[in-house]
Amino acid sequence: MFRFLLSRLTMIVPTFIGVTIAAFSFIRLLPGDPILLMAGERGVTPERRAELEAVMGFDRPLWEQYLGFLGDLLQGNLGVSIVTKAPVLEEFLGRFPATLELSVIAIVFAVALGLPAGVIAAVRRGSIFDHTVMGISLTGYSMPIFWWGLLLIILFSGILGWTPVSGRISFLYYFEPVTGFMLIDSLLSGQPGAFQSAVMHLILPAVVLGTIPLAVIARQTRSAMLEVLSEDYVRTARAKGLSPARVIGVHALRNALITVVTVIGLQVGVLLAGAILTETIFAWPGIGKWMIDSIFRRDYPSVQGGLLMIASIVMLVNLIVDLTYGLINPSIRHER
Amino acid sequence: MSLLSIRNLSVRFKTAHGLFTAVENVSLDVEHGEVLAIVGESGSGKSVAMLAVMGLLPWTAEITADELVFDGVDLNSLQPKARRELNGGSMSMIFQEPMTSLNPCFTVGAQIDEMIRFHTDEDKQQRKQHALELLEQVGIPDPQKRYHDYPHQMSGGMSQRVMIAMAIACSPRLLIADEPSTALDVTIQAQILELLLDLQATHDMGLILITHDMGVVAETAHRVVVQYAGQQVEMQPVLELFEHPRHPYTAALLSALPERARRDQRLPTIPGVVPGQFDRPQGCLFNPRCRFADDRCRTTPPLAAAADRALTLCHYPLSYSPEPGA
Repeated sequence: MFRFLLSRLTMIVPTFIGVTIAAFSFIRLLPGDPILLMAGERGVTPERRAELEAVMGFDRPLWEQYLGFLGDLLQGNLGVSIVTKAPVLEEFLGRFPATLELSVIAIVFAVALGLPAGVIAAVRRGSIFDHTVMGISLTGYSMPIFWWGLLLIILFSGILGWTPVSGRISFLYYFEPVTGFMLIDSLLSGQPGAFQSAVMHLILPAVVLGTIPLAVIARQTRSAMLEVLSEDYVRTARAKGLSPARVIGVHALRNALITVVTVIGLQVGVLLAGAILTETIFAWPGIGKWMIDSIFRRDYPSVQGGLLMIASIVMLVNLIVDLTYGLINPSIRHER
Repeated sequence: MSLLSIRNLSVRFKTAHGLFTAVENVSLDVEHGEVLAIVGESGSGKSVAMLAVMGLLPWTAEITADELVFDGVDLNSLQPKARRELNGGSMSMIFQEPMTSLNPCFTVGAQIDEMIRFHTDEDKQQRKQHALELLEQVGIPDPQKRYHDYPHQMSGGMSQRVMIAMAIACSPRLLIADEPSTALDVTIQAQILELLLDLQATHDMGLILITHDMGVVAETAHRVVVQYAGQQVEMQPVLELFEHPRHPYTAALLSALPERARRDQRLPTIPGVVPGQFDRPQGCLFNPRCRFADDRCRTTPPLAAAADRALTLCHYPLSYSPEPGA
């Protein structure tokens, strides 16, 4: 187990360096000039421009800028936004709870629905339920997020008027953030109706964001279960006279989970990518929306810092998944 | 009354190309404390017949039987819950592939414990004690330590011992062993068979031994059923079978035993393979491979007839010679 962990950790270092290069260069490859964008319609004189470039360090050669970025990074400094002049890390951490809350609820939604749907579809292979679930999940998987989000807004907010269109909570409520998670903060505030408002605001974005993971989890659970259900040990479990619920829910599912957990972990990357679209549609004040705004403003430090943080989170989650994999699969745990 | 009696058991599978008959009109009895061997090549339906008895076939299987009675209980009409109480309780089964028959996610201790928990009222401590005794009984060294091992930490022989320990945990009256030693090394094979026979004798269980190894049959069984292409072609007590095989197929199987071969001859074989779903011959299913087949065999299927204790499915049962045609 220790060696397993060590090998995963050593793989992270080169990946991380690769991510810094990608994060640093991608935003600079985009056409557009941050200084011109800041100056707006008034334009900027060549003198002022040179001055600003010197302040922001854009006058130095690219490799020097990259090394500077890397050097700051090693000291835990992601740089300062050239638009807001606030530290990038601060900006990121301020918005991250909103994204985290949305993502967690989305993945809970996806697992809570996808896992049982996949299991039942596998057990009743070929049934109407199976075909329906697989049909729906293929549709869900193929659905463009922004379009799906708009459809849901039109139906539930526009026609039915059940849910709000955007934001995290109604303007009627105001309280200082404690944890940054609106569901918890609204409960802590003690204001009547605040929690319900937060929930109503969260439902649609979470459903939209969770749709693709839901489809993937349902399909993968089904195929993992189908494979496991034909295993000899499932027959053994039946020969022991165990109830179908125990044969399927314990003996089969436990083994199927080994693959499904990996799939769920991989969905975290999908989730963060999806968050960018979802947050834009629902004006959800998280890192997705912030990243989009930063890209439009060519806010180089914010974009590269944000990308790096997101990539690190994905890597961290994958590491955790690898470790969980070791926990639920005994033959990896005992590898020496 | 027999422990298990089966009359005209047939199993058909629904496939994309219609029904496939895997087992056809198998009838047999197992007495209390008897060792019955079912012999046949791969594809002869011996495992399927016994899986049908255990109720372990997938839903695509269509099982029919005029009589399927275990210990006075009619298995045909049994409710699923009562059926599950029998499985693992009064009748158990072990399988060909011990390495894949244990669940890789649970310790062997937990898997034995689960069996005892479902079929007895023992409390946690008693169950642990019971499981350790079982491991000891099936010859696993250091049961205290092995109790906490996962299946992947065990060899094939050890895994099969665990399977046996689990199968006999609730003192079943019938144990079905589906090629229990086939996947194991030759030296381990003998140990496992010996263990099974030992346990069979001490617990006075009925034991159905599915095998394709005539050598195993000779050493273990009291009575022998020979199956071919889903049909039961012969049933005799073991000594009579080895001395006077009635069906040409049995005779051919016996003469293919290396022990029986003559030094100056090539080892006899049976040409061809067991017919599958699409190449079932007309008449007797064995006729394309039978050296005695004539036109009657090629057109008319034989009917099972009780000819002096040997139920033989053949138009021309051999009379006495162990070396047909000699």
